[in-house]
Amino acid sequence: MSEGMRPMSDRRIVPIGPYHPLQEEPEFFKLIVEGETVVDMEINLGYNHRGHEFISPELTYDQIPFLVERICGICSNSHPLATVLAVEEICAIKAPPRGAYIRTIIHELERIHSHLLWVGLAGHFIGYNTVWMWAWRYREHILEVFEMITGNRNHYAANKPGGARRDILPEQVPQILAALDVAEKKTLMLTNAVLDDPVIRARLERVGVLTREQAIAYSVVGPTARASGVDIDVRRDDPHDAYVDLKWNIPVLPEGDVFAKAKVRLLETFESIRIIRECLGRMPDGPIQVRVEEIPPGEGIGHTEAPRGEVFHYLRSDGSNRPLRHKIRAPSYMNIASNVVAVRGGSIADAALTLAAVDPCYCCTERMAAFEDGKLKLTGKDLLRLSWQKTERIRERF
Amino acid sequence: MREAETGLRVLIPEAEVYEHNPKRLYITIPRERLTEAAKFLHRDRGMRLAICTGIDTRAGFEVLYHFSEDVTGIMYTLRVLAPKDDPKLESQASWFPAADWIEREMHELLGIDFPGHPNLIPLLTSDTDWDKSKYPLRRDFERRNEAHER
Repeated sequence: MSEGMRPMSDRRIVPIGPYHPLQEEPEFFKLIVEGETVVDMEINLGYNHRGHEFISPELTYDQIPFLVERICGICSNSHPLATVLAVEEICAIKAPPRGAYIRTIIHELERIHSHLLWVGLAGHFIGYNTVWMWAWRYREHILEVFEMITGNRNHYAANKPGGARRDILPEQVPQILAALDVAEKKTLMLTNAVLDDPVIRARLERVGVLTREQAIAYSVVGPTARASGVDIDVRRDDPHDAYVDLKWNIPVLPEGDVFAKAKVRLLETFESIRIIRECLGRMPDGPIQVRVEEIPPGEGIGHTEAPRGEVFHYLRSDGSNRPLRHKIRAPSYMNIASNVVAVRGGSIADAALTLAAVDPCYCCTERMAAFEDGKLKLTGKDLLRLSWQKTERIRERF
Repeated sequence: MREAETGLRVLIPEAEVYEHNPKRLYITIPRERLTEAAKFLHRDRGMRLAICTGIDTRAGFEVLYHFSEDVTGIMYTLRVLAPKDDPKLESQASWFPAADWIEREMHELLGIDFPGHPNLIPLLTSDTDWDKSKYPLRRDFERRNEAHER
């Protein structure tokens, strides 16, 4: 670079995305850095805008759950559940008890598989591929349960306005309980391994802190809010289905860093296992759905606690068999926006982790090469030696 | 029990409250009082902005601000109307970051203007190959033809 082209300020841009081999969805994060420190960030989205709100008013109420199920492959129960809750609110009906319990069981199973998926990805982001492979292996048991009770590993099609679409048969219950036992044992092992590991703690603590005030100003939801000390959970605050009868713990941590977010998710997994056991234990008999004759004109709000936070659906009906307007808000819409403040002041390497901490569909890796006078300063062996020395130092600290 | 509703009625006497059920309140207010009402719900009552919904109706653009009071589980929805010949609403994003993205989204998909927004650029549609005079969530948007052209 010639002398005249040198930029006046020390600020540079580090682009992450929009297309990246390790990213599952396209999003563009423009990090503005001074040296290693991130001073600001711009977020660009819409690279894969599919127009669900546009398509939905062209479909009938029976078709819409299948459409919104495809918004997200990971939380593919939360969106249809929120939709049918909104429809049921317009009609002022409720799912019969057995249908409500089935919906709750599937909703919680989804949380277990989603949190295990995130823990695996989080391990992958920080270079612990063992955590990734183990977590995804244990998640497999939950997916097998899904296949057994709904016929599909993802996109369960379990909800319909007025109840659940499929019953859970008595002979399936022991198999679900057995899978839960395995999941609980393995998640406990994984939790202890992750939370006790000094390297993971050193890497995640005090990284990407979102304070309580920032969490409230950005109206973030779900584990992102609960890890910043905001005690909200739609399942408790505005209960639907079987949550009305249930009691469970809601882990809330004040720290707001990546480690707290990981902890909240891991602890929630055990609560979900508890909820499913309780639901299976006291599952009422009777019909699983009521017949919805017609949808009167009116408006309804359906919201539910997805693994990532509150999913919000608003429906307006004009009395026909199609809605007039369907507003859909996924939890990441609120959570990703808060990244702008969470990454500020951290390093570039921390930014990738911070971005991953609210939404598992993003990752990035860095490699290092140090040159001096045109010669490579550190070889692979040198880096390995440095890494061992650092591990020793961390071990002494914890 | 619903102190926020009482407070809002005192603050804005012309507010019309419709109760769909005890946990869903829809409060119609004149658009000039929007900022006042939103500040009251968020700052004084500690509510969270769940999201906003913009709807193109015969009477004008109806915008709903869904505030969730998580302590009680009640959803307070502020309803304001922006007339078609003057689709403008005061921006909340200047004091409330949670409203930033959704105002940008309503601006590009419905064509509602939010004076006072710090950065009113498109959020979802393309910067380069989207016709900025077209608003896909408006009723007069030609759905079928648009699909065939592309």
